[in-house]
Amino acid sequence: MSLRTPLGRVRGLGSAKEGTAHWWAQRLTAVALVPLVLWFAVSLIVLTGADHATVAAWLRDPVAAVLMLLLILAGFHHAQLGVQVVIEDYVHSEGLKLTLVTAVRFAAVALGIGAAFSVLKIAIGG
Amino acid sequence: MSNQDRPLSPHLQVYRPQITSVLSIAHRATGIVLAAGLLLLLWWLAAAAAGPDAFGTAQAAAGSFLGRLFLFGWTFALFYHLCNGIRHLFWDMGRGFELDTVSMTGWLAVGSAAVLTVLAWVLAYASMGALR
Repeated sequence: MSLRTPLGRVRGLGSAKEGTAHWWAQRLTAVALVPLVLWFAVSLIVLTGADHATVAAWLRDPVAAVLMLLLILAGFHHAQLGVQVVIEDYVHSEGLKLTLVTAVRFAAVALGIGAAFSVLKIAIGG
Repeated sequence: MSNQDRPLSPHLQVYRPQITSVLSIAHRATGIVLAAGLLLLLWWLAAAAAGPDAFGTAQAAAGSFLGRLFLFGWTFALFYHLCNGIRHLFWDMGRGFELDTVSMTGWLAVGSAAVLTVLAWVLAYASMGALR
């Protein structure tokens, strides 16, 4: 006989109330980043030493702009998830841990939006 | 009550480094390096959005000796984390846990990362026209 409530069993999250969301998001972004990173590496190789006009023209291509936005989204998300685990592993003071995890999350969102805005400014704003 | 006198499990430094443990911590280390590298990506994109002057400054910094040194290290970190990450994804599917397989795929990840890093830089210099 299980002592868990029916709702608890349906949610299947256990006592941590978090389940596998963090782990799963880390893997999803990892899988997404495999082709995105390879595409970006090839792009950078082609763009080596390119001047501003060439790079801007590259980002005005809708396919490049969208792939770049996807790379930024998956990259910053993946990095935030990873750095959070490192902090949780090595920082043992609860206050400092919460502060750092929060700061990293804020930074990842802010910097990611900054990077995405830069891409959009070039792609749309000219 | 003091915990000071209790017996401790052996510390990390008494263990001989093995391919599994070294690559494991290297995955984490390169992950941190790459997270910091995202700041570089942001700088590059923001400079491109700001205009030719700012972009020229960013390109000059990236093209300097120190810039290239950092970019080279970042390239290896990227390819190592990519190759070893794929190794992790296979483990997540429950595959590749036999000891000889773990060791083989570990060396494969390091070797692939090294080859990809050199290849990327040769191609980058070639695309710049420096090898002609």
